[in-house]
Amino acid sequence: MTARAAVTLASVVAALAVGACASTFEIPLETPIQPKIDTSPFERVLVVGFIAGGSEDVDVNLETVRLLRSQLRTKSSMKVIEADVISLAELAADRPRADGDAAPAQTIDPKTLPKQIKDEKDLAAYDYVFANANYWKKLGEEFQSPLIVTGTILFTPNASSGFVQHDREVIDQYGRRTSEPVRAYMERKGFILQPKFVFIDGRTGAILNSEVFRESVLYNPNQDTPALSSYFELMDRLIPGFLGTLTSQKIRGTRVLLK
Amino acid sequence: MMRKTIASTVLVLALFTPLVDAGGPRGEAQAQVQFGIDVAQKGLWKEALYRWEKAVELDPKYAAAYNNLAIAYEHEGMFEKARKAYDKALELDPKNVSIRQNYDFFKEINDRASRRNPR
Repeated sequence: MTARAAVTLASVVAALAVGACASTFEIPLETPIQPKIDTSPFERVLVVGFIAGGSEDVDVNLETVRLLRSQLRTKSSMKVIEADVISLAELAADRPRADGDAAPAQTIDPKTLPKQIKDEKDLAAYDYVFANANYWKKLGEEFQSPLIVTGTILFTPNASSGFVQHDREVIDQYGRRTSEPVRAYMERKGFILQPKFVFIDGRTGAILNSEVFRESVLYNPNQDTPALSSYFELMDRLIPGFLGTLTSQKIRGTRVLLK
Repeated sequence: MMRKTIASTVLVLALFTPLVDAGGPRGEAQAQVQFGIDVAQKGLWKEALYRWEKAVELDPKYAAAYNNLAIAYEHEGMFEKARKAYDKALELDPKNVSIRQNYDFFKEINDRASRRNPR
Protein backbone atom coordinates (compact mmCIF):
# COMPACT_ATOMS: atom_id res chain seq x y z
CA MET A 1 0.00 0.00 0.00
CA THR A 2 2.81 2.35 0.97
CA ALA A 3 4.64 1.54 -2.24
CA ARG A 4 1.51 2.25 -4.31
CA ALA A 5 1.04 5.58 -2.52
CA ALA A 6 4.65 6.44 -3.23
CA VAL A 7 4.23 5.64 -6.93
CA THR A 8 1.04 7.76 -7.16
CA LEU A 9 2.70 10.62 -5.37
CA ALA A 10 5.71 10.40 -7.68
CA SER A 11 3.42 10.55 -10.73
CA VAL A 12 1.66 13.63 -9.35
CA VAL A 13 5.01 15.27 -8.67
CA ALA A 14 6.21 14.45 -12.18
CA ALA A 15 3.04 15.92 -13.71
CA LEU A 16 3.33 19.05 -11.61
CA ALA A 17 6.98 19.38 -12.53
CA VAL A 18 6.24 19.13 -16.24
CA GLY A 19 3.43 21.66 -15.85
CA ALA A 20 5.68 24.03 -13.98
CA CYS A 21 8.34 23.77 -16.69
CA ALA A 22 5.94 24.29 -19.65
CA SER A 23 6.67 27.74 -20.99
CA THR A 24 5.14 27.54 -24.45
CA PHE A 25 1.47 27.19 -25.33
CA GLU A 26 0.29 26.62 -28.88
CA ILE A 27 -2.93 28.48 -29.55
CA PRO A 28 -5.21 28.62 -32.61
CA LEU A 29 -5.51 32.10 -34.08
CA GLU A 30 -7.91 33.62 -36.60
CA THR A 31 -6.34 36.70 -38.13
CA PRO A 32 -8.86 39.08 -39.68
CA ILE A 33 -8.00 40.60 -43.06
CA GLN A 34 -9.85 43.78 -43.83
CA PRO A 35 -11.37 44.25 -47.29
CA LYS A 36 -9.46 46.49 -49.69
CA ILE A 37 -12.50 48.62 -50.35
CA ASP A 38 -14.75 50.20 -47.75
CA THR A 39 -18.14 49.01 -49.00
CA SER A 40 -20.10 50.63 -46.16
CA PRO A 41 -21.32 53.56 -48.32
CA PHE A 42 -22.91 51.09 -50.76
CA GLU A 43 -26.14 49.22 -50.20
CA ARG A 44 -26.10 47.66 -53.65
CA VAL A 45 -23.60 46.13 -56.01
CA LEU A 46 -23.93 45.96 -59.78
CA VAL A 47 -21.81 43.46 -61.69
CA VAL A 48 -22.38 45.15 -64.99
CA GLY A 49 -20.33 43.22 -67.54
CA PHE A 50 -16.81 42.69 -68.79
CA ILE A 51 -14.82 43.30 -71.91
CA ALA A 52 -13.99 39.72 -72.75
CA GLY A 53 -11.82 38.01 -75.29
CA GLY A 54 -10.02 34.82 -76.21
CA SER A 55 -11.78 31.49 -76.65
CA GLU A 56 -15.18 31.58 -78.34
CA ASP A 57 -16.23 28.30 -76.72
CA VAL A 58 -17.36 30.14 -73.60
CA ASP A 59 -19.34 33.37 -73.27
CA VAL A 60 -16.88 34.65 -70.69
CA ASN A 61 -18.69 37.95 -70.13
CA LEU A 62 -22.02 36.30 -69.33
CA GLU A 63 -20.56 33.45 -67.26
CA THR A 64 -18.41 35.79 -65.19
CA VAL A 65 -21.30 38.12 -64.43
CA ARG A 66 -23.46 35.14 -63.38
CA LEU A 67 -20.74 33.64 -61.21
CA LEU A 68 -19.76 36.85 -59.45
CA ARG A 69 -23.37 37.82 -58.80
CA SER A 70 -24.04 34.41 -57.26
CA GLN A 71 -20.92 34.67 -55.06
CA LEU A 72 -21.81 38.18 -53.92
CA ARG A 73 -25.39 37.14 -53.12
CA THR A 74 -24.12 34.72 -50.45
CA LYS A 75 -20.87 36.32 -49.32
CA SER A 76 -21.58 40.05 -49.29
CA SER A 77 -24.01 42.16 -47.30
CA MET A 78 -24.79 44.31 -50.35
CA LYS A 79 -27.91 43.70 -52.42
CA VAL A 80 -26.97 42.30 -55.81
CA ILE A 81 -28.71 44.14 -58.65
CA GLU A 82 -30.14 41.83 -61.30
CA ALA A 83 -29.82 43.83 -64.50
CA ASP A 84 -29.14 42.91 -68.10
CA VAL A 85 -25.51 42.11 -68.77
CA ILE A 86 -23.87 44.86 -70.80
CA SER A 87 -21.50 44.04 -73.62
CA LEU A 88 -19.01 46.83 -73.00
CA ALA A 89 -16.87 45.98 -76.01
CA GLU A 90 -19.81 46.43 -78.37
CA LEU A 91 -20.88 49.59 -76.58
CA ALA A 92 -17.41 51.07 -76.90
CA ALA A 93 -17.17 50.20 -80.58
CA ASP A 94 -20.69 51.35 -81.52
CA ARG A 95 -21.23 54.72 -79.86
CA PRO A 96 -18.08 56.03 -78.33
CA ARG A 97 -18.36 59.74 -78.97
CA ALA A 98 -21.41 61.11 -77.20
CA ASP A 99 -20.91 62.46 -73.70
CA GLY A 100 -21.68 59.78 -71.15
CA ASP A 101 -20.93 56.94 -73.51
CA ALA A 102 -18.21 54.42 -72.97
CA ALA A 103 -15.37 56.41 -74.49
CA PRO A 104 -13.85 59.84 -74.15
CA ALA A 105 -14.31 61.56 -77.54
CA GLN A 106 -10.90 63.17 -77.78
CA THR A 107 -8.72 60.08 -77.48
CA ILE A 108 -10.17 57.04 -79.19
CA ASP A 109 -11.33 56.44 -82.73
CA PRO A 110 -13.69 53.43 -82.64
CA LYS A 111 -12.31 52.26 -85.99
CA THR A 112 -8.99 51.54 -84.30
CA LEU A 113 -10.57 49.16 -81.78
CA PRO A 114 -9.94 45.48 -82.64
CA LYS A 115 -13.09 43.73 -83.88
CA GLN A 116 -12.09 40.50 -82.20
CA ILE A 117 -10.20 40.44 -78.89
CA LYS A 118 -7.63 37.70 -79.13
CA ASP A 119 -4.85 38.73 -76.75
CA GLU A 120 -3.77 41.20 -74.05
CA LYS A 121 -2.79 43.80 -76.64
CA ASP A 122 -6.29 43.80 -78.15
CA LEU A 123 -7.80 44.06 -74.70
CA ALA A 124 -5.54 46.93 -73.67
CA ALA A 125 -7.12 49.07 -76.41
CA TYR A 126 -10.33 49.10 -74.38
CA ASP A 127 -8.77 50.14 -71.06
CA TYR A 128 -9.87 53.76 -71.50
CA VAL A 129 -13.49 52.68 -71.03
CA PHE A 130 -13.01 52.41 -67.27
CA ALA A 131 -11.63 55.92 -66.98
CA ASN A 132 -14.81 57.49 -68.36
CA ALA A 133 -16.23 58.71 -65.04
CA ASN A 134 -19.22 60.36 -66.79
CA TYR A 135 -20.40 57.06 -68.20
CA TRP A 136 -20.10 55.21 -64.91
CA LYS A 137 -21.71 58.02 -62.93
CA LYS A 138 -24.65 58.05 -65.33
CA LEU A 139 -24.99 54.29 -65.03
CA GLY A 140 -24.75 54.60 -61.23
CA GLU A 141 -27.61 57.10 -61.19
CA GLU A 142 -29.83 54.57 -62.97
CA PHE A 143 -29.28 52.02 -60.22
CA GLN A 144 -29.28 54.22 -57.09
CA SER A 145 -25.50 54.69 -56.83
CA PRO A 146 -24.24 51.14 -56.36
CA LEU A 147 -20.73 49.80 -56.24
CA ILE A 148 -20.06 48.86 -59.88
CA VAL A 149 -17.98 45.79 -60.71
CA THR A 150 -16.59 45.55 -64.21
CA GLY A 151 -13.25 44.89 -65.93
CA THR A 152 -11.65 42.79 -68.62
CA ILE A 153 -11.31 39.03 -68.99
CA LEU A 154 -9.16 37.03 -71.33
CA PHE A 155 -9.74 33.29 -71.55
CA THR A 156 -7.32 31.79 -74.02
CA PRO A 157 -6.33 28.27 -75.06
CA ASN A 158 -2.88 27.27 -73.93
CA ALA A 159 -0.57 24.48 -75.09
CA SER A 160 2.75 23.36 -73.75
CA SER A 161 5.04 20.52 -74.65
CA GLY A 162 7.91 19.13 -72.67
CA PHE A 163 8.93 16.49 -70.17
CA VAL A 164 6.42 15.84 -67.41
CA GLN A 165 7.19 13.80 -64.30
CA HIS A 166 4.59 11.50 -62.81
CA ASP A 167 4.60 8.48 -60.46
CA ARG A 168 4.17 4.97 -61.85
CA GLU A 169 3.16 2.02 -59.68
CA VAL A 170 5.66 -0.84 -59.72
CA ILE A 171 5.37 -4.31 -58.19
CA ASP A 172 8.73 -5.72 -57.14
CA GLN A 173 9.86 -9.39 -57.13
CA TYR A 174 8.36 -9.90 -53.66
CA GLY A 175 4.93 -8.59 -54.75
CA ARG A 176 5.29 -5.25 -52.95
CA ARG A 177 3.73 -2.17 -54.51
CA THR A 178 5.96 0.85 -54.81
CA SER A 179 5.94 3.94 -56.96
CA GLU A 180 8.73 5.38 -59.01
CA PRO A 181 8.98 8.69 -60.83
CA VAL A 182 8.77 8.52 -64.61
CA ARG A 183 9.56 11.33 -67.02
CA ALA A 184 7.63 11.41 -70.26
CA TYR A 185 7.41 13.85 -73.14
CA MET A 186 3.88 15.22 -73.47
CA GLU A 187 2.01 17.77 -75.44
CA ARG A 188 -0.53 19.19 -73.03
CA LYS A 189 -3.37 21.57 -73.65
CA GLY A 190 -5.35 23.81 -71.36
CA PHE A 191 -6.40 27.40 -70.77
CA ILE A 192 -5.22 30.67 -69.28
CA LEU A 193 -7.65 32.98 -67.48
CA GLN A 194 -6.60 36.60 -66.97
CA PRO A 195 -9.25 38.81 -65.38
CA LYS A 196 -8.85 42.41 -64.31
CA PHE A 197 -11.59 43.37 -61.87
CA VAL A 198 -12.36 47.08 -61.73
CA PHE A 199 -14.43 48.48 -58.86
CA ILE A 200 -16.13 51.81 -59.54
CA ASP A 201 -17.97 54.18 -57.23
CA GLY A 202 -21.44 54.52 -58.76
CA ARG A 203 -21.90 57.91 -57.06
CA THR A 204 -18.92 59.58 -58.72
CA GLY A 205 -17.82 57.25 -61.52
CA ALA A 206 -14.32 57.07 -60.03
CA ILE A 207 -12.27 53.87 -59.96
CA LEU A 208 -11.88 52.67 -56.35
CA ASN A 209 -9.69 49.68 -56.99
CA SER A 210 -8.57 47.36 -59.74
CA GLU A 211 -6.90 44.03 -59.43
CA VAL A 212 -5.31 41.71 -61.96
CA PHE A 213 -5.27 37.92 -61.63
CA ARG A 214 -3.82 35.13 -63.74
CA GLU A 215 -4.46 31.40 -63.50
CA SER A 216 -3.65 28.61 -65.93
CA VAL A 217 -4.23 24.90 -66.26
CA LEU A 218 -2.82 22.18 -68.49
CA TYR A 219 -4.33 18.76 -69.08
CA ASN A 220 -2.76 15.51 -70.23
CA PRO A 221 -3.57 14.48 -73.82
CA ASN A 222 -5.94 11.71 -72.66
CA GLN A 223 -8.11 14.19 -70.74
CA ASP A 224 -10.92 15.78 -72.68
CA THR A 225 -11.91 18.74 -70.53
CA PRO A 226 -14.56 21.09 -71.94
CA ALA A 227 -13.65 24.77 -72.05
CA LEU A 228 -16.53 25.69 -69.71
CA SER A 229 -15.32 23.23 -67.02
CA SER A 230 -11.85 24.62 -67.31
CA TYR A 231 -13.20 28.17 -67.00
CA PHE A 232 -15.01 27.30 -63.75
CA GLU A 233 -11.95 25.46 -62.42
CA LEU A 234 -9.83 28.57 -62.92
CA MET A 235 -12.49 30.95 -61.59
CA ASP A 236 -12.76 28.82 -58.43
CA ARG A 237 -9.13 29.64 -57.71
CA LEU A 238 -9.68 33.37 -58.27
CA ILE A 239 -12.88 33.89 -56.33
CA PRO A 240 -11.26 34.18 -52.85
CA GLY A 241 -9.02 36.96 -54.16
CA PHE A 242 -11.98 38.75 -55.73
CA LEU A 243 -14.06 38.48 -52.55
CA GLY A 244 -11.09 39.63 -50.45
CA THR A 245 -11.42 43.04 -52.09
CA LEU A 246 -14.99 43.45 -50.88
CA THR A 247 -15.43 41.38 -47.74
CA SER A 248 -13.32 40.72 -44.66
CA GLN A 249 -11.72 37.31 -44.41
CA LYS A 250 -10.22 35.30 -41.58
CA ILE A 251 -7.02 33.34 -41.93
CA ARG A 252 -6.70 30.41 -39.57
CA GLY A 253 -3.34 29.48 -38.08
CA THR A 254 -1.54 28.76 -34.83
CA ARG A 255 0.88 30.81 -32.75
CA VAL A 256 3.03 30.03 -29.72
CA LEU A 257 2.37 31.96 -26.52
CA LEU A 258 5.33 32.24 -24.18
CA LYS A 259 5.57 32.49 -20.41
CA MET B 1 9.23 5.29 4.01
CA MET B 2 6.13 7.49 3.76
CA ARG B 3 7.88 10.33 5.53
CA LYS B 4 10.80 10.08 3.08
CA THR B 5 8.45 10.18 0.10
CA ILE B 6 6.68 13.30 1.38
CA ALA B 7 10.01 14.97 2.03
CA SER B 8 11.15 14.22 -1.52
CA THR B 9 7.86 15.53 -2.92
CA VAL B 10 8.24 18.82 -1.10
CA LEU B 11 11.82 19.05 -2.31
CA VAL B 12 10.88 18.39 -5.94
CA LEU B 13 8.01 20.88 -5.84
CA ALA B 14 10.31 23.47 -4.37
CA LEU B 15 12.83 22.83 -7.14
CA PHE B 16 10.25 23.18 -9.93
CA THR B 17 8.46 26.18 -8.55
CA PRO B 18 9.39 29.09 -10.83
CA LEU B 19 11.98 31.30 -9.32
CA VAL B 20 9.80 34.35 -9.18
CA ASP B 21 10.54 37.46 -7.27
CA ALA B 22 6.88 38.07 -6.51
CA GLY B 23 7.51 41.60 -5.43
CA GLY B 24 9.72 42.67 -8.40
CA PRO B 25 8.57 43.93 -11.79
CA ARG B 26 9.37 40.64 -13.56
CA GLY B 27 7.32 38.70 -10.99
CA GLU B 28 4.31 40.97 -11.42
CA ALA B 29 4.73 40.93 -15.19
CA GLN B 30 4.91 37.13 -15.18
CA ALA B 31 1.66 36.98 -13.23
CA GLN B 32 0.02 39.21 -15.86
CA VAL B 33 1.45 37.11 -18.68
CA GLN B 34 0.17 33.88 -17.10
CA PHE B 35 -3.27 35.38 -16.56
CA GLY B 36 -3.27 36.58 -20.17
CA ILE B 37 -2.43 33.07 -21.40
CA ASP B 38 -5.26 31.58 -19.32
CA VAL B 39 -7.87 33.98 -20.68
CA ALA B 40 -6.57 33.80 -24.27
CA GLN B 41 -6.97 30.02 -24.13
CA LYS B 42 -10.61 30.65 -23.23
CA GLY B 43 -10.99 33.00 -26.19
CA LEU B 44 -11.02 36.22 -24.15
CA TRP B 45 -8.51 38.03 -26.33
CA LYS B 46 -9.35 41.60 -25.30
CA GLU B 47 -8.67 40.75 -21.66
CA ALA B 48 -5.45 38.96 -22.67
CA LEU B 49 -4.38 42.02 -24.66
CA TYR B 50 -4.93 44.24 -21.62
CA ARG B 51 -2.90 41.89 -19.40
CA TRP B 52 0.03 41.69 -21.80
CA GLU B 53 0.04 45.45 -22.31
CA LYS B 54 0.30 45.72 -18.54
CA ALA B 55 3.09 43.14 -18.47
CA VAL B 56 5.29 45.10 -20.89
CA GLU B 57 4.62 48.27 -18.94
CA LEU B 58 5.76 46.53 -15.76
CA ASP B 59 8.77 44.92 -17.39
CA PRO B 60 9.82 46.50 -20.71
CA LYS B 61 12.54 43.84 -21.18
CA TYR B 62 10.21 40.85 -21.08
CA ALA B 63 10.41 39.29 -24.56
CA ALA B 64 7.69 36.68 -23.96
CA ALA B 65 5.22 39.41 -22.99
CA TYR B 66 5.94 41.31 -26.23
CA ASN B 67 5.52 38.08 -28.23
CA ASN B 68 2.11 37.40 -26.66
CA LEU B 69 1.09 41.02 -27.08
CA ALA B 70 1.96 40.81 -30.79
CA ILE B 71 -0.24 37.73 -31.15
CA ALA B 72 -3.15 39.52 -29.43
CA TYR B 73 -2.71 42.52 -31.75
CA GLU B 74 -2.76 40.13 -34.71
CA HIS B 75 -6.00 38.64 -33.45
CA GLU B 76 -7.52 42.13 -33.29
CA GLY B 77 -6.30 42.98 -36.80
CA MET B 78 -3.91 45.68 -35.50
CA PHE B 79 -1.06 44.71 -37.80
CA GLU B 80 1.21 47.72 -37.35
CA LYS B 81 1.17 47.34 -33.57
CA ALA B 82 1.72 43.59 -33.95
CA ARG B 83 4.78 44.18 -36.12
CA LYS B 84 6.29 46.60 -33.60
CA ALA B 85 5.67 44.18 -30.73
CA TYR B 86 7.29 41.29 -32.66
CA ASP B 87 10.25 43.51 -33.52
CA LYS B 88 10.67 44.36 -29.84
CA ALA B 89 10.36 40.70 -28.79
CA LEU B 90 13.05 39.70 -31.29
CA GLU B 91 15.27 42.59 -30.25
CA LEU B 92 15.10 41.34 -26.65
CA ASP B 93 15.43 37.65 -27.49
CA PRO B 94 16.85 37.30 -31.02
CA LYS B 95 17.52 33.55 -30.75
CA ASN B 96 14.04 32.56 -29.67
CA VAL B 97 12.75 30.12 -32.30
CA SER B 98 9.09 30.44 -31.25
CA ILE B 99 9.09 34.23 -31.61
CA ARG B 100 10.82 33.96 -34.99
CA GLN B 101 8.28 31.38 -36.18
CA ASN B 102 5.31 33.48 -35.00
CA TYR B 103 6.78 36.51 -36.75
CA ASP B 104 7.27 34.60 -40.01
CA PHE B 105 3.62 33.49 -40.02
CA PHE B 106 2.54 37.04 -39.23
CA LYS B 107 4.66 38.54 -42.01
CA GLU B 108 3.12 36.19 -44.55
CA ILE B 109 -0.39 37.36 -43.64
CA ASN B 110 0.62 41.00 -43.29
CA ASP B 111 2.21 40.98 -46.75
CA ARG B 112 -1.01 39.60 -48.18
CA ALA B 113 -3.12 42.20 -46.45
CA SER B 114 -0.96 45.14 -47.40
CA ARG B 115 -0.08 43.99 -50.92
CA ARG B 116 0.06 47.02 -53.14
CA ASN B 117 -2.91 47.52 -55.33
CA PRO B 118 -1.74 46.92 -58.93
CA ARG B 119 -4.14 49.48 -60.37
